[in-house]
Amino acid sequence: MTTLLQSIDYVAIGPILAGGVGVVAVLVADLALPLARRAAVLWVGVVGALAALACSLALAGQRRATFCTPATTLPGGVPVGRSCSYVVDRFTVFLLVLLSAAALVALLASVATVPDTSPPGEYTLLVLASLTGAMTLVGARDLVTLVVGLETLTLPTYVLVGLRRRDQRSAEAAVKFLLVSVTASALMLLGMALVYGLTGSVHLDRIAAALAGRAEIRGLPLVTAAIVLVLAGFGFKVTLVPFHWWAPDVYSGAPVPVAAYLATVSKAAGVAGLLLIVLGAFPAYGEVWGGVIAVLAAASMTLGNLVALRQRDVVRLLAWSSVAHAGYLLAPIGIALSARGRGVLDTAVAASLGYLALYVAMNLGAFVCVAAADSVRRTAGAGTAAGAGAGAGAGAGAGAGAGAVAGAGTAAAAGRSSAEGLGGLARRHPWLAAAFAFFLVCLAGLPPGLAGLVAKVVVFRATMLGGLGWLVVVMAVNTVIGLAYYLRVAAGLFRASAVEPDTGLAEPVRLAPSLVAAVGVAAVVTVLLGFGPQLALGVTPFTS
Amino acid sequence: MMVILLLLVPLVGAAVAPLVRDDRAARWFGVGVTAATFGLSLGLLPGVRGPVVSTVDARHAVDMRWIPALDVRFHLGVDGVSLPLVLLTTLLCLLCAVYTLASLPAPGRAPIFVSLVLLIEVGMIGTFVALDLVLFFVFFEVVLVPMYFLIAVWGGERARHAAMKFVLYTLLGSVLVLVGIVTVYASAGTFDIVALSAQGGGRIAHGTQVAAFLALFLGFAVKAPLYPLHTWLPDAHTEAPTVGSVLLAGVLLKMGTYGLVRVAVPVLPEGARALAPALGVLAVAGIIVGSLCCLVQRDVKRLIAYSSVGHMGFVLLGIATLTPTGTNAALLANIAHGVITGLLFFLVGAVKDRYHTGDLGDLGSGLMARLPVLGGLFLLACVASLGLPGLAGFWGEALALLAAFRPDAALSGVLFAVLLAVAAVGTALTAAYFLRLLRELVTGPDVSRVDGTAADAGRLELAAWVPLVLLAVLIGLYPALVLGLTDEPVRALLGVFAR
Repeated sequence: MTTLLQSIDYVAIGPILAGGVGVVAVLVADLALPLARRAAVLWVGVVGALAALACSLALAGQRRATFCTPATTLPGGVPVGRSCSYVVDRFTVFLLVLLSAAALVALLASVATVPDTSPPGEYTLLVLASLTGAMTLVGARDLVTLVVGLETLTLPTYVLVGLRRRDQRSAEAAVKFLLVSVTASALMLLGMALVYGLTGSVHLDRIAAALAGRAEIRGLPLVTAAIVLVLAGFGFKVTLVPFHWWAPDVYSGAPVPVAAYLATVSKAAGVAGLLLIVLGAFPAYGEVWGGVIAVLAAASMTLGNLVALRQRDVVRLLAWSSVAHAGYLLAPIGIALSARGRGVLDTAVAASLGYLALYVAMNLGAFVCVAAADSVRRTAGAGTAAGAGAGAGAGAGAGAGAGAVAGAGTAAAAGRSSAEGLGGLARRHPWLAAAFAFFLVCLAGLPPGLAGLVAKVVVFRATMLGGLGWLVVVMAVNTVIGLAYYLRVAAGLFRASAVEPDTGLAEPVRLAPSLVAAVGVAAVVTVLLGFGPQLALGVTPFTS
Repeated sequence: MMVILLLLVPLVGAAVAPLVRDDRAARWFGVGVTAATFGLSLGLLPGVRGPVVSTVDARHAVDMRWIPALDVRFHLGVDGVSLPLVLLTTLLCLLCAVYTLASLPAPGRAPIFVSLVLLIEVGMIGTFVALDLVLFFVFFEVVLVPMYFLIAVWGGERARHAAMKFVLYTLLGSVLVLVGIVTVYASAGTFDIVALSAQGGGRIAHGTQVAAFLALFLGFAVKAPLYPLHTWLPDAHTEAPTVGSVLLAGVLLKMGTYGLVRVAVPVLPEGARALAPALGVLAVAGIIVGSLCCLVQRDVKRLIAYSSVGHMGFVLLGIATLTPTGTNAALLANIAHGVITGLLFFLVGAVKDRYHTGDLGDLGSGLMARLPVLGGLFLLACVASLGLPGLAGFWGEALALLAAFRPDAALSGVLFAVLLAVAAVGTALTAAYFLRLLRELVTGPDVSRVDGTAADAGRLELAAWVPLVLLAVLIGLYPALVLGLTDEPVRALLGVFAR
């Protein structure tokens, strides 16, 4: 008999505890602060994310495991060793640092932009709670912990998406997101239930052992069905085609920092969960999930890039581009298809994780720049005309029943993040325009965006080493398509605005220090990762 | 370490230039940085003459860890194959900076302009000195974005369209290069160019060699450009500002041919043998098509642009023979084309600046009668370009034809004999269109409808042009100036074909 009392390694779960303490601190601060200074609660959130980042960094180089169950024999007579539910290894630490740093930047970008449109207390609380879920997910090594982490990550984001006051598009996006996500979770849970029913265990390593040890269940079509269901569930989180279609509507309906959070933290956690399950529980089924992932990756990058070509709204464009990047991100994993042995697969996982880090840095930068550009326009517009912010509010109020199309129309008229609205950014804020152009060129994978170029080399190399030449060619063609729209937006920043009249040199606008910090951190990290990509590469796959 | 400085000086210059507030100061800053870079590149000259121990001289090499997880090293080096191109790059950049003192198209903004030119210089030099395939690829791509902005912002009326076409075409080329590179890596296990050429394709299976060579070949062919992948070139050259056209024609095209000589052929000899006939046929097709297009062009800048297609056809024909003679000829023709066509684009730019049109009908004949210095230089550049013996254009193309007479043993002698004959027709066509250009524009009575008060070449313009004139004459009289540098390393690079 095992005892119910467990010894818990509190250092191992330090980042999660920091997130939880942050949530409580935000609650208290939100109550204690006077209404006029409520926005300061966002700084409490920044400190919380910083604490989580510090705890994650403190774990660097360590190997810890907690919440363990002793060795036993599974149904069917498969003996298994000790298994742990939460493990800290290089994989976990890498993702913990990545997630908390990305959430930190997203919160920094919110300080000056969110209080105008959304209640800051609830906003901060939800972001930190979601981050805590994400950090739980990446250390999870059993299905239950994985699901708990994933749902803790996802539940707050439903509210975050719909948090923008008096904005119908925001509410619509939230409902859409909720329905899609719940469906995805249901599919995934069904798959997991099948696996548990077959193997009698929830620990990833035990599932793998059971599938390897019991020939009578190995060949069952149910296993394949379970794998496909789980893949579908994570496909929604990662926005793989054909589970991607919610992303553009949700990203553009949500506050921009929330879109940034969804496109980076949420997606990175989804990738981590996907890797954990397929590699941890189903290592012997590489040709099944490898094939599915390779095909979906090719479809994602192609469709994402082609649709992005036609987007006028920058957030929607970035949403489609992030669909395409989900394809590049998972392409190396597809090599499991050809089963060239564990060593090559390890290289592929390291490549995917390296790409993930580079992608998070540059994509976060691009989204934060959109948030900053919106803020620049609001500040500039406040003096002249009726003010873009007021215009958006009035437009949304008047067109309350007009439906999504009209809603999009008013938003475009108010200039919110449309490509035309960003035109002439270079006049108002040359440094912000330069940073934005840099991130876009990074996403396109060209120098001076060295990070993007290295990312491209990383996935090309790993995929080719795995022998999937056709996928490399698909990626190559897609890179060219991608450049067309990234460059169009980047060049637009330096042209005169189509919306505002060209009145010579526009008045320069000062950015809030928090936004400067957010853009600065993203830019510095992206440049550093470009010159020294070794930092993000060579992460060994996880251990159970 | 000198090689690193060669990259660092323009890179730092590119970072500092936008901070220079004053327009005039920024232009002089550009001249200073490019002059310093040119000086540094001249300093490389003594090291590569004399006995060359390996393909790459150890005195000018750098080899450091960069991304161990990917097996990528920061490996640079200069030898006789790359040095002439490095010198051409630094010289043309200096002359472009000097020319910018005299003229800069709308919207001005010299600090940004100078910064972009310096960034392009970093990419061009880096491509010629990189000895790691990934590093080579990085530098190969560096030029794309700055060149896009150079064309789109400072270019002509349809510049944005042309710039987008340029950047998409060349990116397509470079991702194919990346595909080729990772294919090579997947079978050979290293990105190091020196190690790979020493292996001579030994570890790579025949089928893989052909596939990888095809990818590299197509990638470099877009850049070079090789018919029928050349269609971006006339638009980009025509719409680009003068400095952009000079750098495009003078150096950027050479990155494609250099890639073939340095990477594709020595690393994948079997692939090269399999596809050399295709390369030869397309090269000669480019010579003929380019020349025929030139015969009917009305826009003088577009005409010069198409003439590049023809000239680069000779370079590619030389490479296609897979012999030391042909490759030496290609490298010499590269340099000659860079010097002469660079000069031609400077001159055409000056003409367009003065008369605000490039149309031959509007410009009318008699340029030499109106502006004797400009017209005289134009005459000289044209006859140099059509391959008059005694000037630089002659040797490279004559040697390329000679090499086609005796190609590598594995190639069909009959095919190359036919190619030789067709290419010889091409030289006649080249002479025909240049003579037509001279008759319609430069010589003859002054019957133009354009503004007659334009001034002749200014002092700053001459400062930018005269070095090119001198080089065209010097290389024409003494081609060993270049061949002496290239011959030994070329023989080492192509050693695998002699076996």
